[in-house]
Amino acid sequence: MTEKLHEFVETLKSANPEWVGDVKDALGEVTVTVPREHIFAACEFLRDSLGFDMLADLCGGDRGPEEDPRFEVNYHLFSTTHHKRLRLKVLLSEDDPKVESVTSLWKTADWHERETYDLVGVVFENHPDLRRILLPSDFDGHALRKDYPLRGYEPYSMN
Amino acid sequence: MGLENKIFESLPDVLTVKLDAVVNWARKSSLWPATFGLACCAIEMMNTVSARNDLSRFGAETFRASPRQADVMIVSGRVSRKMAPVLRRIYDQMPEPKWVISMGACATSGGVFDNYAIVQGVDKVVPVDIYVPGCPPRPEMLVHAITMLQDKIMKESVKDRTDTIEAESRGSVVPGTLPVTEGTALEHETEVEVAQKNISRPYTIPSRHERRRSF
Repeated sequence: MTEKLHEFVETLKSANPEWVGDVKDALGEVTVTVPREHIFAACEFLRDSLGFDMLADLCGGDRGPEEDPRFEVNYHLFSTTHHKRLRLKVLLSEDDPKVESVTSLWKTADWHERETYDLVGVVFENHPDLRRILLPSDFDGHALRKDYPLRGYEPYSMN
Repeated sequence: MGLENKIFESLPDVLTVKLDAVVNWARKSSLWPATFGLACCAIEMMNTVSARNDLSRFGAETFRASPRQADVMIVSGRVSRKMAPVLRRIYDQMPEPKWVISMGACATSGGVFDNYAIVQGVDKVVPVDIYVPGCPPRPEMLVHAITMLQDKIMKESVKDRTDTIEAESRGSVVPGTLPVTEGTALEHETEVEVAQKNISRPYTIPSRHERRRSF
């Protein structure tokens, strides 16, 4: 079921072995953990050489303040030629939650990265317009972090 | 031939009435709501206007697409923190006389959405005349709210409703920058009145116009 995807991962590895970290195969889906500094190059290779021409989704995640690395950014790629899906994962520490933007590869990443920045607080470097997209612009904090209080910080909590 | 002929036969040419009574009667008989739906309560609001419940029996079926032509704002649903300035702006664009109905649990108190994203009661943004409980309220309850609002309008004075630009209306507080309060001053007054049983209708708090009259 995922043989084709593993072929892609092998091609990726042969192009640059540093790009591919942990590879997970679960429930018919393949997830590749990519080191932070290589995510842009790996994405570019996947798009140009392996036909993953669509970024279906880009989302952030907070594993909890006790975890290290705490944050993750997931890239859900789709190939319209092979009709295959591949997930890339970048792990980020709490002290330095920065990752290269892929907006120049896929235009759709623009708002996805803004959303991830808004709710999780991951900073995307070289993003053309990195500002909040869902929450009010004067909002304090990042709402989907696990340690964010449900009612918000004062003076935003109007209780 | 018609009924009106009989009435005119039996009435004198001139009637003396209070101006308030006539004006308020005209106002309450054609309450035009602003076309403004926020969430699932809006579905019930649309139902209220439809044939089965027929809000036009009470003269409030003409939903106006422009707030400049509207008399009553039905806040139908949860107001997010980002929507609140927009809602306030629509309220400011409505000319006097204007009234606000807070429809449903979310608009009234935040409802189940007790979180950072939802304004915990639309009365923190605009003055509310009638609160309608329910999740969502049935159309009958909205009809009841409209009739209650009509009762309230009949008790008002024309002097209270001059179309001047008021400071409190213009200096709108943009949510997200709201100060933390222990409830509004109006809420505290109402709580005291309810505790002393001086208030006859605990389900409404007096609007600023009503309060001005009592001074």
